[in-house]
Amino acid sequence: MKREVISLQEVTFTYAEEDTSVRPAIQSMSYTINEGEWVAIVGHNGSGKSTLARLMNGLLFPQTGTVRVFGEPLNEHNLWDTRSKMGMVFQNPDNQFVGATVQDDVAFALENNGIPFEEMVERVQASLVKVKMNDFMNSEPHHLSGGQKQRVAIAGAIALQPRILLLDEATSMLDPQGREEVLQTVRQLRAETDLTVISITHDLEEALLADRVIVMNQGEKYAEGSPQEIFERGQELIDLGLDLPFAMNMSRLLRAQGVQIVADHMSEEELVNDLWTSHFNK
Amino acid sequence: MDISLQQVSYAYAKDTPFEKRALYDVDLLIPSGSYQAIIGHTGSGKSTVLQHLNALLKPTEGVIRIGSTVVEAGKKNKKLRELRQKVGIVFQFPEHQLFDETVLKDIMFGPMNFGVPEEEARQRAIELVRLLGLPEEVMEKSPFDLSGGQMRRVAIAGVLAMNPEVLVLDEPTAGLDPRGRKEIMELFYRLHQEKGLTTVLVTHSMEDAARYADRIAIMHNGKCVLQGLPMEIFSDEDRLLDYRLELPQSIKFQKKIEEMMNEKLPTLCLTEETLAEELARLLKKEREV
Repeated sequence: MKREVISLQEVTFTYAEEDTSVRPAIQSMSYTINEGEWVAIVGHNGSGKSTLARLMNGLLFPQTGTVRVFGEPLNEHNLWDTRSKMGMVFQNPDNQFVGATVQDDVAFALENNGIPFEEMVERVQASLVKVKMNDFMNSEPHHLSGGQKQRVAIAGAIALQPRILLLDEATSMLDPQGREEVLQTVRQLRAETDLTVISITHDLEEALLADRVIVMNQGEKYAEGSPQEIFERGQELIDLGLDLPFAMNMSRLLRAQGVQIVADHMSEEELVNDLWTSHFNK
Repeated sequence: MDISLQQVSYAYAKDTPFEKRALYDVDLLIPSGSYQAIIGHTGSGKSTVLQHLNALLKPTEGVIRIGSTVVEAGKKNKKLRELRQKVGIVFQFPEHQLFDETVLKDIMFGPMNFGVPEEEARQRAIELVRLLGLPEEVMEKSPFDLSGGQMRRVAIAGVLAMNPEVLVLDEPTAGLDPRGRKEIMELFYRLHQEKGLTTVLVTHSMEDAARYADRIAIMHNGKCVLQGLPMEIFSDEDRLLDYRLELPQSIKFQKKIEEMMNEKLPTLCLTEETLAEELARLLKKEREV
């Protein structure tokens, strides 16, 4: 049995406490994330994903319900200790830069956490190598491009050697290869450590990498399951403002053109095989 | 308005110890009314090029012509105000530029600043709220009380309110959910066609470049290394990989299928829809044989 890392029980949060006509941003959410798991949280804009992220790292506290991190209810006393185990990367890295140079920025959280100087230098170097930004150690973060900034922010998070990595739309500003590199970095970190990854994303290929997907709608949990189980819902997801993986869309388009396809295939390989068996291999 | 960049170079903090070259001898021609995509990996200089299109940055070498305005290295310009009215830029995360008390006032700010009477500016703002699919009740709300996706739309409305002839888009849909992304991209495309806009899209999405653009330019290490039609740009995968780019998903998948059936489709499929049509046609032919 894996250790529980984060769990929410009946959590409700509203930004407008006085105004009851406003729908709470999060309503009666419950879920548990275990050590080493990769969980993707998907949902339309305004579905409560980012609020959820802020509840998990204690930037916000729920009005009702409990948020537990490493088994302890998250409160003002254990907040800082908890956050030192949690690396966070947000959508827009400009909002989280503090250092005058890239290496200062990556070192910031380490310094805050009292890491000895020698070790700090090593960790900064190693994490910048991991995101392929080591050539920019002395650059000013504000002179970097959007995607480069994002990689520096990720380096800052992994330098902490966190137990949990929380990615809030963290790859949305990257080019396809940059995104692939970052996801590869995350996969590698997970292979080396027991890192728990929580990725809040609109990128379905990113969601496909997860062990489990939670679908949010209007502040509530709409569905939860393996990527397989979730994407089998097809049209339902599109109605929620989401999309389907490429191969599924392709399957549906082909069927609309009168091509016989046995199922909405999740992977391109399955779709190619299906086309081969039913149309060419005769 | 035709836009041309001739031998444009740009250096940040020029003549200081921090000088950093961002563009090298960029030549780029964007004919009036075309939809130009600029692609390139992060840090390739895409956004720097874009900031030259309304002279927010001026070249340190070379000449830029935007319609009748000429922006030349080392020369003063008088007509920039007019230029900035004609070239609307939607920056990355444009919602950071929202500032006014209400959504309507925010959208009206640009036109009124350029001398449009208040009532006319208001009418334009109301039309834009509708055009962008925002609910009517947001008009009198503070833009800061809206969701991220709605704020993005308000910011875009603020740019469109200037009635620009050239619309420059820097990753306009980053962070939007898939439906929002599609709606906004379709809206830009409709405006491009209906109003005959010249559109310049800076994007990481090979799919969007393939679907919407007439012409594509590739930036790499501050240079414009390749320009052409989408069909030309996406016909050479190896070259794209050299520039740290890739093929759109539809073409990648087309290649897998072609390999499997050992037969080529008659055309490069820039969208999923074209690929489905071409495959269906081919399979039908196979059956008839």
